[in-house]
Amino acid sequence: MTTVADAGPAKDTRARLPIAEVRWSTVLAPLVVGVVAIAAWESVVEAFDIEPFVLPAPSAIWEQVRLHGDSIASGASVTGRNALIGTLLGAVLGVAGAMLAGSFRVVDQMAAPVVAALAVIPIVALAPVLYSMFGAAVDTGRIIVAAVSVTIPVYLNTLRGLRQVRQVHLDLMTACAAKRWQVVRTVTLPTATPYVFTGLRVASSLAVIAALIAEYFGGPIGGLGKSITSSAASSNYPLAWAYVSGAIVLGLLFYIVTLLVELWFSRHLRPT
Amino acid sequence: MTNPLIQPEPLGQPAIQVRGAHRVFGKGRKQVDALSAVDLTVADGEFVSLIGPSGCGKSTLLRLVADLDSPTSGEVLVFGKSARQARLDQEYGIAFQQSGLLPWRTVAGNVELPLKLHGINSEIRRRRVAELLELVGLTDFARSHPDQLSGGMQQRVAIARALAESPRLLLMDEPFGALDEITRERMQNELVRICAETGAAVLFVTHSIPEAVFLSDRVVVMSPRPGRIAGVVDIRADGLAAAHDRSAGVREEEGFFRAVGEVRSLLHGTPETAAVARGVDHR
Amino acid sequence: MALVNVVLTRSRAIVLGLLGVAAVVATWDVYKALGPEQGVLIGTTRVLPRTTDLAMPHSWEMLQRFGEPVTARIGAPDAFSAVFDASMFSLGLAARGWLIGVVVGLLLALAMSRFRIVESALLPWVVLSQTVPLIAIAPLVRRWGSEIEIGSYVWTSQDSVAVIAAYLAFFPVAVGALRGLKSPDTTHLDLMHALGVGWWRTLLTLRLPASVPFVLPALRLAAASAVIGAVVAEVSIGLKGGLGRMVIDYAVAASGDPAKPWAPIFGAVAIGLLAAGAVGLLGLALRPFRLTGVPR
Repeated sequence: MTTVADAGPAKDTRARLPIAEVRWSTVLAPLVVGVVAIAAWESVVEAFDIEPFVLPAPSAIWEQVRLHGDSIASGASVTGRNALIGTLLGAVLGVAGAMLAGSFRVVDQMAAPVVAALAVIPIVALAPVLYSMFGAAVDTGRIIVAAVSVTIPVYLNTLRGLRQVRQVHLDLMTACAAKRWQVVRTVTLPTATPYVFTGLRVASSLAVIAALIAEYFGGPIGGLGKSITSSAASSNYPLAWAYVSGAIVLGLLFYIVTLLVELWFSRHLRPT
Repeated sequence: MTNPLIQPEPLGQPAIQVRGAHRVFGKGRKQVDALSAVDLTVADGEFVSLIGPSGCGKSTLLRLVADLDSPTSGEVLVFGKSARQARLDQEYGIAFQQSGLLPWRTVAGNVELPLKLHGINSEIRRRRVAELLELVGLTDFARSHPDQLSGGMQQRVAIARALAESPRLLLMDEPFGALDEITRERMQNELVRICAETGAAVLFVTHSIPEAVFLSDRVVVMSPRPGRIAGVVDIRADGLAAAHDRSAGVREEEGFFRAVGEVRSLLHGTPETAAVARGVDHR
Repeated sequence: MALVNVVLTRSRAIVLGLLGVAAVVATWDVYKALGPEQGVLIGTTRVLPRTTDLAMPHSWEMLQRFGEPVTARIGAPDAFSAVFDASMFSLGLAARGWLIGVVVGLLLALAMSRFRIVESALLPWVVLSQTVPLIAIAPLVRRWGSEIEIGSYVWTSQDSVAVIAAYLAFFPVAVGALRGLKSPDTTHLDLMHALGVGWWRTLLTLRLPASVPFVLPALRLAAASAVIGAVVAEVSIGLKGGLGRMVIDYAVAASGDPAKPWAPIFGAVAIGLLAAGAVGLLGLALRPFRLTGVPR
């Protein structure tokens, strides 16, 4: 368990990736799978002469991406903006709620059924009533849908993090005669921080999906979701797929950014 | 600071006075007497170890002194004050078996933590941290994080942290329990040196007989169900130097083996003598 | 005495839980009564909703609405039975999706735990798959119904919905089961190895039981995901009969009948809780295994 004393600091200070240890196969294997999958897709579409409405070839989609890059980017910025505001709002709500529930058991128990319900329902189904509450011409409804989707995982993870505080750290704080708010600042919050970001990572793609799907339920045009439906309605399937790939990139972007933030905040924690 | 050769008629208050301490956990049929009628006095500057099998209440006793727990009945005084007042006045420093370092703070950040909590200004903190890291030989690692250190180094950081406010009493709960034997002996040597430099009294919980004997002026042997003191071995009576004055060579001395034998026979509850003292590997 | 304590804590939790729900309802109605008609605006952005009867029906109106007929048409069923039927329809699709997702997820986890290279190659894609809003392609899948034939089997829109639900459901199962299958201590694995026990026997006697505490929460998550996937896919595919389409249809009526759109939402809450609860019951059956490990 313990190395010989004075062996010097561990050389490897890289942030730990959640995927085993990094070897050439861990990087190469998924790339190979990806390339093979796309090649197979292309050749299957070609060989069996599959209609574009069933599945367009990757090359056809790429063609559309090149032609409509601007409109995809602007759609992504609209959807992305809703998702981003929703994420930030949801994160603040989730953390604040968890801190309340972590300090007062009553709050925790009162919130339990509401949280359980919110965790299992399709929150985007709220979109239509939100449009009528906040107006259908603005993005507020979509932002709220994204925010609620984010709030739940962040709340649950933060609450869990707040409960991971180790007894030895609390003993230390008592021994140092630390005040209550000092304990919160020095021990409780830093312990919970990586968990907050784990929740945020889980939630980030949900936010994009929620903001996107909310567009299917109505509201103003301009986002990727609306673009997907309208190109599908006009039977321009490769273009619709091009917008889908825009959504994929947007989802990936949110995921990667939050993943990096999470890794940064948990870089000094030993994997358990 | 202190002259360990002249053993104290201590000036002023003893570091620890425990009188008639009982600690009962649980209720009804599940009631457990963790400590029963414990009396213990630790003089200023004295090194006392608590040893005994699991469940003998040695850690409980240390937690009572640290005011991390309160006795069901009885009295605990630290430098003549109640344990609670002593904690609020920061009369002691403490180190645990798990180093209890905050993983998100650097080594320096961990060492300065008690000072920071008590509002000491940053310039003084910086100087004190430098001194302490020098003392435990970790000056080069001030900016490292705990996860980059070996177990032994982490424990040294924890000891530096315990010493941050120059307490006259150190409470140590199996601080070397998780270390391998080689690292452990090295840490013991360093602890002797550090204690000599600071002159602090130490209450040290361990389950290693050689460790207790090597480090202590007196070893308090405890027995379980209910936790109580089975006997006290004064190591100095076996012809060893006072705790603050020992060197690694003490482990080879005859008095060392004799003391180990005495502690062991008290632990096993049979009045055996030095004949048992050959193997010191009992842990 | 211990039993009394359990009953006391349980009933306390239930009472507080009900209070929590009541607090939400009360907040709704109090805001509706006291809030400004046009809501609260900061600049031009409305941060709190309008309180008109059209925007925010009273909570009791939402409940009453269940007892009233769906439409003014004579012979129309009451809203409750309409929502109930739609809920069961969606729940059925979600269950199909859940089943497919669980099977796929477990198989993936098995393959990944058996061959390291499979884990390296697939795990990143499994993780990335959930950042890809597959639901986004649902509108494209609309035309799949009846256009694809596999042998004598004609692909229906229902199949599309089930597949999308499965796509959301397989992820927690694959990840949870993989963690579970890899959870046994090295000591135990070494012991099996030393005893000369093969991979299959090790799987049955050690890995599968050890994975139970990880798989059960994954299955529950998968159930919730499957419900979400089914409802949303119904909307985007435009499949009639389920809650998803009902949300859209009833939203159209909002201007004259503001309580109506809430009915299918309560239906969605109900089947979400029902699905998660049903999987929870499954956990009771596997309870003995839950002691074998602690999910973190």
